[in-house]
Formats: sequence, C-alpha cells, structure tokens
Amino acid sequence: MKISVYRYNPDVDQKPRMQTYEVRPVQGMMLRDALLEIKKQDESFAFRHSCGEGVCGSDGVNVNGKNCLACVTPITELAQPIVVRPFPGRPVIRDLVVDMTQFYEQYRAVKPYLIRTDPMPEQEIPQSPEDRDQLDGLYECILCGCCSTACPSFWWNPEKFHGPAALLQAWRFLADTRDQATEERLDALDGPYKLFRCHTIMNCVEVCPKGLNPTRAIGRIKDLMLEKGL
Amino acid sequence: MSIPTRHFDALIIGAGGAGLNAALQLATADIHVAVVSKVFPTRSHTVAAQGGVNAALANVLPDNWHWHMFDTVKGSDYLGDQDAIEFMCREAIPTVYELEHAGVPFSRLDNGKIYQRPFGGQSQDFGGDQAARTCAAADRTGHAILHTLYQQNIRAKTHFFDEFFALDLVRDKEGIICGALVLEIETGEPLLIEATAILLATGGCGQIFRTTSNAHINTGDGCAMTLRAGVPLMDMEFYQFHPTGIAGKGMLITEGVRGEGGFLVNKDGERFMERYAPRAKDLASRDVVARSIVTEVKEGRGAGENGDYIYLKLEHLGADVIEKRLPGIRESSRIFAGADPVREPIPVFPTAHYQMGGIPTDRFGRVVIPAKFGAEEVISGLYAAGECACASVHGANRLGGNSLLDILVFGRLAGKDIIEYVRANPHRRETDPVSLEQAMARLTRWDRTGEGVPAHQLRAEFRKCMEDHAGVFRTEEVMAEGYQKLSELRERFKEARLGDQSKVFNTARIEALELENLIDVGLAVAVSALHRKESRGAHSRPDYPKRDDVNWMKHSLYYRDGDRMDYKRVRTKPLTVESFPPAERTY
Repeated sequence: MKISVYRYNPDVDQKPRMQTYEVRPVQGMMLRDALLEIKKQDESFAFRHSCGEGVCGSDGVNVNGKNCLACVTPITELAQPIVVRPFPGRPVIRDLVVDMTQFYEQYRAVKPYLIRTDPMPEQEIPQSPEDRDQLDGLYECILCGCCSTACPSFWWNPEKFHGPAALLQAWRFLADTRDQATEERLDALDGPYKLFRCHTIMNCVEVCPKGLNPTRAIGRIKDLMLEKGL
Repeated sequence: MSIPTRHFDALIIGAGGAGLNAALQLATADIHVAVVSKVFPTRSHTVAAQGGVNAALANVLPDNWHWHMFDTVKGSDYLGDQDAIEFMCREAIPTVYELEHAGVPFSRLDNGKIYQRPFGGQSQDFGGDQAARTCAAADRTGHAILHTLYQQNIRAKTHFFDEFFALDLVRDKEGIICGALVLEIETGEPLLIEATAILLATGGCGQIFRTTSNAHINTGDGCAMTLRAGVPLMDMEFYQFHPTGIAGKGMLITEGVRGEGGFLVNKDGERFMERYAPRAKDLASRDVVARSIVTEVKEGRGAGENGDYIYLKLEHLGADVIEKRLPGIRESSRIFAGADPVREPIPVFPTAHYQMGGIPTDRFGRVVIPAKFGAEEVISGLYAAGECACASVHGANRLGGNSLLDILVFGRLAGKDIIEYVRANPHRRETDPVSLEQAMARLTRWDRTGEGVPAHQLRAEFRKCMEDHAGVFRTEEVMAEGYQKLSELRERFKEARLGDQSKVFNTARIEALELENLIDVGLAVAVSALHRKESRGAHSRPDYPKRDDVNWMKHSLYYRDGDRMDYKRVRTKPLTVESFPPAERTY
C-alpha cells in the first residue's frame, strides 16, 4: 500500500514536497497506525498524536482531501493512493504539524466556561435529565479542529470569524440551563463576522469525527438572537 | 551558558486533572502560576477517563464517606494510608459539587441530581450490598472534567506553556529545587523556568508496557525526573491491569459497562466471575477480575481463534441504555473491535492501565522522603499530585472511580498548600549553573551522532520486555530474567542514537527523551516487584501466593542510584475514625 505524505521541515527544506512510502496493511489498521509505520521507516516524519482512540483530538489531518482524525480512520475506507496533508488554511510548522493558535484563540474568545451570578448552592445545581440532554452533541467536542479548518469562512477570516468549533461551544453554554450569561454571550456574538460569516456550507458537519453538528448549533444561536430581538 | 529564563511563583508540570485543578486554585488566588504541558492541555490523558468519579453523595442508594473509606482501604489490600484515604473520601463530596458548579455536564437523575452508577469494589455499610457511588457524565466523565477545568483556567487567566517538554528539575546552590529546564517543542529551544514552588502532575507511565490503555504521552516523565533528583518512587510494583481492554489492542472499555449490568463470559458462555467472586461477581475489585480473566485464558477457556480473550456481554441492556449511558464504548467497540455491543459481545483482555505507586507525598501533595528526622520529611517547595504521585490512597490496588477523585482532590489541595507556601516564601532562588548544565546534558546527549542503536528500536524492545516480565502474574524466575534484560537495555541506551538532528518540532527527539524516562520508571517497577515476596493487590506472585502482613505490610521505596530498595511503614491510623485492621479480602 502506498501512502503519500506532505513533507516540510523548515530546518532543511526550501519548500514543501510530497513523499511516498510503502506500508504493509494489517487487519484493523487505522491511518494513525500507518503513519506510525512511516515514522518507523523515517524518524524525521512529524505528526501529532496521543490517545489513539479518538478522544484527545491531537491527530487531525487531511486525507484524500477530507479532514479526519487519523486514529479512528480505518485505512480500508480510504481510496488509494492515500494522500495525507496537514489541515488546510493553517500555517505549517513541520510536515503534518500545523499552527493552531488562531483556532484556540477563537475558542477562548467565546468565553467557553459556565457563568453564573447566583450564589452556588451547597450541593449540585439541579438540572433535569431533559435539560441535560440539551448538552448532548455539544459537550463531546474534542477540539481537534477538523471542522474549523475545513470551513471556507474560517479560511478567509480566521481572525474575525469564530469558526464552527468555537461556535459549537458558544451554543453549549447558551444551551446550559445553569448558565446565566445569555444576553452577554449573544451581545458578544453580534456583528457581521464572529457568527454571521457562517454560510451553512456544512463542511464542518461532514468532517466531525464525533458526529457533531456545528451548523445546527450556529442556527440555534441565530434563532435565539431573533427571539431575544437582538 | 545563556538560556532564556522566566520566573513564576508556582510552576506546574502537566495539564491533566491534577495540574489544572491546582492551577485553578492558584490563578484564582492571584498567584503567578505557569503550567507547562507537552501537549495542548485538553489532550492530556485525563480526557480518556470514562466511567466516573467516586463520591458518597447518596443520590441513588444510601451512602456515606466512611463506607467509601472502608471500600478503598479494603481495595488497597490494606496497603493504603488510612489518614490519606479518610481525607480523600471526605473531600470527595465537596470536590464533586465544586466541579459541577464549574460546569461539568454530569448525567442527571429524574430529581435533577447527579447520576451515580455502581462500580467495582463498592459496598454499603462496610462490605454489604453493592453501592452506587460513581458520578458520571455518560461514559465520557474524564473528557467532561478536563475540558471544564481547562475552561475555568481560561477564565482565571492561567499562563500556559503549551507543547513544552520538561527536561529536568534544577536546583540552587543550596541544593533546593527551584525550577525546571523545559524544551519548546516547536522551536527546539530550551527555556529555564524558575519558581518558588513546583508541582509535578505528569500522570502515569503506561507506555512502559506494550499493550496499554494509556496514551502515547504517558511516559512517566515526572516520576523519572524525581528519581534523577534522588527522590525514591514508592510502591511501584503495584501496577494495575484493567480487566477489560479491547483484546489485542488495549483500548479501555470502562468498568461502567459492568456497573450498568454487563458481564464477562468465557468461550463456553459461562459467567465465570461467579466462581472467583461469588458475591460481587463481575464487580469484584480490578485485580481480582484481571487475574480471573488471565486464568480462564491460561486454562484453555479463552474465546477466539487463538483462545486468547474473553467476552464482555451487554446486549441484554438494550440499545437505549447503551446509547444513553455508554455511547463512547459503543463507538470504540465498533471502531476498534468491529463489534457493535448492541448486538454482539466485545472481545476483551486485561490491559496495562494505572500506576498505584509514584512520587511519595503527604496528603497536602508535598513530596516526602526519608531523611535525618524520619521517614517522611518534606522537600521544601516540591509537590506532586495525580497519577504520578502516591499519597498513598490506592495502596496495592486502586478502585475504579477513585483515580479521577485522587487527581481532583489532591490537585486542589496541593494548589491550596502552594498558595500558603508561596506567600510564606516570597524570595527568589537562583539556579546553580552546575545543576543547569546537568539538565542540559539530557538534551545535548542526543546531539552525538555516529554508530548506535536507533532510539525507537530500543523503545519497542523495552516495552515488550516489561510486558513479558512484569505482567499480571509474576514469579521470581520470570522477574529475575526480566531485570537482567532491562539492565542490559539500560546499558545499551547509553549507545542509543538519534538520526534526526533537526530542531523544529522534532518528535523523534521528544520520544528519545521520553525513552530515558520510560527506562528509569520501568526499572523502578521491575526492581520493586522482584523484591516484594508476597501477593498483595495487583502484585500477584504464584510462588508467594499469600499476603504476608507480618513481613510485607510496608511501602516500598525504590532509589535509582544502585537500584536500591528501602521501606517505610503504612499509616494505619485514620484522622478521626477507628482504623480498619487488615482482614481477608474476598468479594
């Protein structure tokens, strides 16, 4: 099996190139396993990875033109020749390692933490199972960045548009019955860029390795803005 | 040598649950704190914890911190320190509420309270009926907690050094630890971070074994750093093999599956845990269940083509319960075992999971070592919390759901203690150039080129050796041979070479640095295990099948220098209640 990977090491390379490796496929092999095989052959090949089971969100890459998490992508599902590139639209640090600074800044910008003005009770803040269900499909985000780096709106305006991952978290807190900063959160999202650059292209939904739906979350935020008359 | 230097009041190495909970206390108290992590914080392995965190909230069944304490002492096979255990079980309750207030999306009961599920080794009324003590966010509790803690640290404006690798601790001229030399992975440049207090929260070392539930990053870095600083590691022979890893792969399948009503069967479809633990059955302690599975396979009752695994059945729970309470497990099983648990059983086998031992601390997270005035003298300004630390609350075997609890309680407490310490010790210490040079040597050692063994090849050999010689069952013969092989590997390591000499994001270099840590910590496990001539908790010796309280009810201390062993007594006196004397441990 041939795998072609994007190579660029600023220490030695003038410009990026593609390099092809021969990897012996085995039963149940994930793309991460194949990348590890390449690393065995050539230790200068760099990519991020850690948990190997799709929860840490380290090993997002672009394979055959689509963003995915390498450790949960079976190679049998990939058309050959397999072409692996770094996330599109992000500055490349080395090989498949990209600079995610802007992605994290956008995440931090939506104040992704519970804000409550009431004094805390001695025990838990009560929440009904139905209210808690509202957080399903939101809190599971692993911040891998597959969605935002697949989003054309984020490619054009990564410094102004929050991007699908951050907006999913914005809705995660708006949807939490325990949170008491709805107005403040909605106000902060107003304007032509932060939220409204989403043109429902839905690349984010297609690539999310956890099956989440940022486009729907963005729609909910817009609905709530209308409802609140903002 | 001119190395850029930064100063902080407190330096935390590691951004998992312990590190982030400590950082949150410090940042909230306006202490100038830095967190160094070799990965972006939410990639830390706390994220992979599934089942939940124990606290006697009594939301589902009657409960009491004292029962929790009894279960933990018994689970530890009476090697846990009862003062620390009492403290943890009491603190569990406010700790979980605090997390909920911070935003953790716990699953809920109809009355709006936090959902709690039964887990292994839990009982009501000191060994009575099964308890339900594990607070859960579906089967993604670690993820929910880690992300919440990171989010709260964003609010508190904690200073993060993301993707910086800690090379070694450094000392001042008086020999007091005053910082750490770290490596910026992106640039390959070293940075010296000086601080009044240093907290090691670097997590476990599962990567010493070939098959493990642990992430690639779990290489025992903090434990190895303390070993090199002359601090012993405590109780390292007690390494937990989780009963249910996906067969042949090692990914974790939470104990919560059995807590929700799943059970294990052998190739004959027999529910074999009934033979090994007639009362608790599949919810016996982890060491008991892991040994039972290995025994079934050894005696020819394993399933599959090679008879090398057993089945975890949960179809009978129904698709609704599985989707609601165990969605992550369903996803993992489909992806990695090719089995949808709604329809078919999951093939499982024990997988290396958790280090009960670690850097010896008191219950405030302060590192303690034997010195002039006793067995537990505090090392000024040095703290440890989380899996890398040993308080010791898990003793010889950890209960499921007590690991998230341990990291949160002791991370929080270490943070609080550091606040006091920093306020009482405002003056800065300056790194001794000799100490800095020693730390730098760890890095420059890899600049040597020429003939030698490739580092990644040694890493693979080492992990295989640990798996073969320090597994679930250990005999003198197997372990002695293992120790010899490991000692040879340690020698060969001196000739290990790195082919890739580039600086920018050189992951081969990071892995080579981790290899040194793996070898140091692996030897701590192997040597401690070889010396302990009894069976207790996770340390199981067919040649010494009984627990020996007369000679071995004591903590091991392993020193890297000369592979030396020392021992110290178990603290059997709790803080406020009666001691639980050692008793026969049955489930």
